[in-house]
Formats: sequence, C-alpha cells, structure tokens
Amino acid sequence: MSVVGIIFSNIHDKNIPELTKSRTMASIPFGGRYRLIDFPLSNMVNSGITNIGVIAHSNYRSLMEHIGTGKDWDLARRSGGIKVLPPYVTAFANSSNSLYTTRLEALIGINEFISGCTEDYVVLSDGDTVCNFDIKAMVEYHQSTGADATFAVKRQFAAKSSKGNFGTMPKNHLIIESDDSGRITDVASYTDSAVSEYCDIYMNICVMRKRYLEELLYDASAHGYKSFYRDVIAKNMIKDDYRVYNYNGYFTSIDTLYAYYFCNMDLLSSTFRKQLLKSEKRPIYTSVQNSPPTVYKSTAEVKNSLVADGCIIEGKVENSILFRGVKIGKGTTVSNCILMQDTLTGENVDLRYVICDKKVVIRDGRLLCGCERMPLFINKEAIV
Amino acid sequence: MAKKKECVAMLLAGGQGSRLYLLTRQQAKPAVPFGSKYRIIDFPLSNCINSGIDTVGVLTQYQPLALNDYIGNGQAWDMDRVFGGVTLLPPYQGMQKADWYKGTANAIYQNINFIKRYDPEYVVVLSGDHIYKMNYGDMVNFHKKNNADCTIAVIDVPIEEASRFGIMTTDDNMAITKFQEKPKKPESTKASMGVYVFSADKLYKYLEEDENNPESDNDFGKNIIPTMLAAGEKLFAYRFEGYWKDVGTINSLWESNMDLLGDKPALDLHDRNSRIFSKTAPRSPQYIASNGKQINSMVAGDSEIYGTIINSVISPGVIVESGAVVTDSVIMSDVIIASGAKVDYSVVDSDCIISANATIGEPKENGKEITLVGSGVNIPNGAIIPAGAYVDNDYIDANIKS
Repeated sequence: MSVVGIIFSNIHDKNIPELTKSRTMASIPFGGRYRLIDFPLSNMVNSGITNIGVIAHSNYRSLMEHIGTGKDWDLARRSGGIKVLPPYVTAFANSSNSLYTTRLEALIGINEFISGCTEDYVVLSDGDTVCNFDIKAMVEYHQSTGADATFAVKRQFAAKSSKGNFGTMPKNHLIIESDDSGRITDVASYTDSAVSEYCDIYMNICVMRKRYLEELLYDASAHGYKSFYRDVIAKNMIKDDYRVYNYNGYFTSIDTLYAYYFCNMDLLSSTFRKQLLKSEKRPIYTSVQNSPPTVYKSTAEVKNSLVADGCIIEGKVENSILFRGVKIGKGTTVSNCILMQDTLTGENVDLRYVICDKKVVIRDGRLLCGCERMPLFINKEAIV
Repeated sequence: MAKKKECVAMLLAGGQGSRLYLLTRQQAKPAVPFGSKYRIIDFPLSNCINSGIDTVGVLTQYQPLALNDYIGNGQAWDMDRVFGGVTLLPPYQGMQKADWYKGTANAIYQNINFIKRYDPEYVVVLSGDHIYKMNYGDMVNFHKKNNADCTIAVIDVPIEEASRFGIMTTDDNMAITKFQEKPKKPESTKASMGVYVFSADKLYKYLEEDENNPESDNDFGKNIIPTMLAAGEKLFAYRFEGYWKDVGTINSLWESNMDLLGDKPALDLHDRNSRIFSKTAPRSPQYIASNGKQINSMVAGDSEIYGTIINSVISPGVIVESGAVVTDSVIMSDVIIASGAKVDYSVVDSDCIISANATIGEPKENGKEITLVGSGVNIPNGAIIPAGAYVDNDYIDANIKS
C-alpha cells in the first residue's frame, strides 16, 4: 500500500476570523501545545504515509514556521517528506490574476505535485480534523471493497433547534446518506436537510486511487467545474462506487469560536484525552520547542487544568488550558480560560471565560470576563 | 565551508558514576535524568552551543547505549552540522593495539586525530558530571588575553570541603602557582571545576609525553596539569561565579534537583538567555486534577497529577493518583504512584510502580538518610520501604515478598 497525503490548510478559515486573522485554520493553536494540522499530519504519519503535500492559500507564515523541515513528524525525508504547496501565480496568470477560490481549483493547481507522486492511493484531509484516526484501516477497507472512493463519516445526532438551525450540526460538513452495503446514495449540506436524528457526518477525510483523482480533476478542468463536492463528487455518485467508512472515536468540528472553546475543554476529560492525545500506537506529534518544565510555586493552586511545559504558576488556575510559557502572577485567578503561548498575567488579575491569543499581556488587577456561550477573545500580542 | 574550527570541545562522558548506585546500572552518569526533563549531559552540551562551540567530541565508554541513543545526530542541541557538530567517540581497535580509555588524558590522546581534523587553536575539555550554566567563550577569551597554555575554571568552595577537589593556588593575576589534587590541608578555596581550555599544540605535546610515560595514570588532574606546571608553562585559573554542582552522589543529585525550586531558584531553567536544550519525546501537556495540591514543585510533559506534590521534581509520564502524597522527592519518568501511597525524601528512577498505600522513605525532617528506588521496580501494595534503603528487585524479593 503506498499512499500520498494531501492536506488543505486554509479551508474553513472564515469560520473563526478571530483566530485566522494572521494564520491558517490548520495552524490554529490547540490543546496546550498543538496546532490543528498536527492531527491530520500525525494520523497520516502513524498510518505509514511519508509523502505529504500541504495546500496553502494565504496567511501561511505560521504554518510554515510550525512545520519547519518536518522533522518533528519524521517527515524530513530525502524522498517524499512534507511539502508546503503555496498558490501558483505566474507572470502570465489569468486576466484577474487572482488566487484560486475553491478546493477543486486548489487541487487542479497542484496537478504537478499529484502527477509527480508515484503512490497508488491518495488521502485528502482537511487541516482541521481533530481526531485520532487510523487512516491505514480506512485505506485497507477501501481496497477490500474495490470502491472508487471512500469517505470517512462519524455518526452524530443532528438536533433541530426551534429556529430551524441545527444547533449541534457542524457547518463545515456534509451529511452522507448510504445504503446497507455502505454505498453512498446521496449527500446533503446541513441547510437543506430536514433531519433531526442520527446521521453520518462527513469528516472531510477521503481516499481514492491517485489515477482516479487525476481523471476527476482532468474532467473537472475540461468542464470548468468549481466545487469538488457539488460538481464532481455529487455528479459521479450514481455512476461510480463511493462508500462510507465509519469512525467511532473522538471527532469534533471546529466551526465557530465557541466550538473551538469547547473542543479544547473536552481535553479536561481523561476519556477524551486518552482517545485523542494518549493513544500508545498513534501519538500526536507537534513541533518541539524545548520549553523548560512547568513550575508550581508555593502559592499555586491548580485544579482540573491542562498545562503545557514552560509555565510559571503563582496564582490560581481552574478548568483551563495553559499553553507553553504562560505566566500566572501572584493573587491571580484564571478560570475556564484558554491562554495561548507566552500569555503573561500580572498580579491580582481575574480572568473568566477568556481566550487569549499568543503573547497577550494582562496587567496587574485587571478583571476580564466572558461567559460560557461566548468566551471573550483577546487578540494576539494585545496588552490589556 | 571553512575546514577549520577555532575551538573544539571534548566531553568526557565515559564515567560510571558508581556512587549513584542503581541509577547508573544501565547507563553512564551523564545520561542520568535531571531536572524533570533533562539529562546531566544536556548542561555541558547546551553550554557549548550557547558559547558558540558547535564541534564536540563525546567520549563514551561505560554503558554507552542510553547515551548514544540520546545524543543521536545532535539535532536537539543544534549540533547536526555539515562540518563539525557532535561526534560520539567510543574506544576503538587500532593497527597495533586496542585499549579501553585508561584515564581522562588517555581518552583524549586516543582521539587526537579527531581534534586535528578541525585544526583548532583551542581545545576545551569538559566532564559530563556537573550541573552548571557557563559561557566557555568568555573563558577562551580569558585564555587568549593571558596568552596562556592552559586555563582551568575554578569555583570558590568552603574551606572545609576543599579537600574533595583539585585546589589551585594563584598569584594576583590568577596565574596558577601550585596545584594540589584533593589535598589534606588545602592552601586555597579555588577548586577545579573540571573545565579546561588548552592551546591545541601544548595539549598535543603533553598528551604525547604523558602517553610515553609508563608511570603515568593518564589523568588530567593527577598528571598533565602538574607536569605542565613543573615545566613552567603558563597556567591560569578562570574564576567562575554562578551555580555549579557535582552530582556524583544520590544526595548531591537530589540537592541539585531541589535547587531548581523555590521563589528564587539557585539554578533558573526558565532564563531564556541561557536555555538548556534536551531531546524531547512527543508528549501531551500535563493534567492537574481537582483533588490534589501542588506546592513548590516542577512537572514536565504528560504527567497526570491527581494527588498532592510538595517540594518535588516530577518527570514526564508520571501518574500521581488521588490521595497519593509525594514530598521532597525526585520522581523520574513514567512512574506510577498509586492512591494512598506516600513518598518522602526519595529518588525514584523511571518506570517504577509504587502500589496503593505503600510508604517510601521517611519525612526529611526526621533526619534519616535518603531513599532510592531503582528503575522498573514494582513496590507491592502497602509495602513499607525504610529510609535510607536502596531498592531494586532483589531487595523486594528478599525483604518484602518473604
């Protein structure tokens, strides 16, 4: 089995404008020391995929810095390894001279990367799929059924709220309907589906033969199609054999700031931590920063919190996620917060339901308060 | 790429460290874990790279597996270089003879060809047994300024401890006038730190002479330095002020770990101007639960703390279960301390299981000896390990199970 991986890093950037102002969706910090892309990357590496292309569109400085040479994922390779694929704009570009706008155009744009790969199969994954997923098992399933393409799905309850919105329904994900044999019969997006029951949510991870993908792209290019899922996948569904692959582990879609907040807080549960981060067979890799150990001074009081290395804690912390290098001053109370890398809090600060982006400084005595449904967001490098 | 390095460091990492007992059964002393996520050798290696020395030969001999594996290609210390970087130098078989390293000087002598490849002006000789942060570049500059042949770093020690060290007597310009190895009646408090800067040509000359002297122990402190002094070479002492600790015993290893704690730690690992680098495995952040306390402690990596930790240094992968209390202790990686267990004034090596309600050691204030639990030992339910015990599997079979 030889598989090449392709990761879309800017997909869904618009869902969380606060966090993607200066970075890609895939490089949003998560869970104390990770970036979202660590999940699809580690899932691929743990499944034996050693040739990975990361499609970038814009704002990808932090993404490239995070990935570096790829050594932290064991992807600094002479053959294969990891490649960031930035948008291709030439001096003789099209008249509008604009970047691609859709997933399909992005794939057509990396045609050279795809055709240069010698692998038989290709796995496509979004950069924000927070899950610990055995891709190898999915590829093996795909081979065993002889399908043209296989789509990973997670069965979730889609509850309809009184206003007609699907409260727990992820915005970024299609609903996939399939028959008893697992063959896909229809796709729907959440807005046109009147379900309020268990349904299969597409996890934005799929596998197909590389040759098959190339044919799809060739055809799409000839017809001027725009959307990979609407114009290509949905159209070919009847003609070709598409299957679902059921995943039962932890999966969540980060499609709002609120969802981001809750997905982080899920890690305070040891069950979710075990499923997502502490799998013996499938560790999640991330860039190594060589932080010193975290120090709990004699005045520290920490409860139910996830704390990365490099922190110095002198105050109280409760139900919170602290990233690397956070400092909590004396007399300070932090509860239900996410404090990203190098956040500094002074003395006698009170933070509740606050998300601080990187390198925020909170001066002595400040009180900042969001609420559970709407955490307060503080911009990167802000001084409060 | 220049085929020359001004400065090459030789790091003596072959020592057994027999006074660390169980901790060095499977690994050389420089590979012993320290400060929650480091190993002793991280300190001299990081000092080198922070001093601009990117070419280091690491001389290994005793139980080198852990060390070889840990150092790898040196990437963790930024020492994976096209020219230079870190090189592991075990003893080898030559055309005429094959020898173990007979002494510190002989170890360097056997690797003179490694040094000569870089054609250095200065050779820094270091030992892998000490915890300190030092800029060797400043010391090399001091050596250059004095036009010295050899410069030895010294630190002031209390006079009552001076007889444990190599002691320098100097004139007002810090030129060494007398050297005494572990003197009964020390004349000075300037103790050698085991850090030497040599002008390369002098080092080659004296190493070769020393090698041809069958009477010699081939040791820097015992032979090379006294010979150079007697021959009238220019030897200087370089005064180092800062934290320095020989971690050759269980007690000093414990003390040095404790020096990382407190409101103003004696050794500050968080100082970003002198970072200590280490090779880190991918580990998730640590989880601190609601039912315990954390007082004046240090934790790294993916440990899960449900119980209480007081004045302790905890390595990655440790689980302290609810109701367990760890006080004044050093816990190395992947140890499980089950609920109700009590660990006092102890050093617990990696991969141990302290089962429920077991008691290890006695509170420090009782004034008893420190307790040591060796790697991979499983302490049964409710077992009581007395203060001062050195516990391995044989100890458990003999004292607990019967």
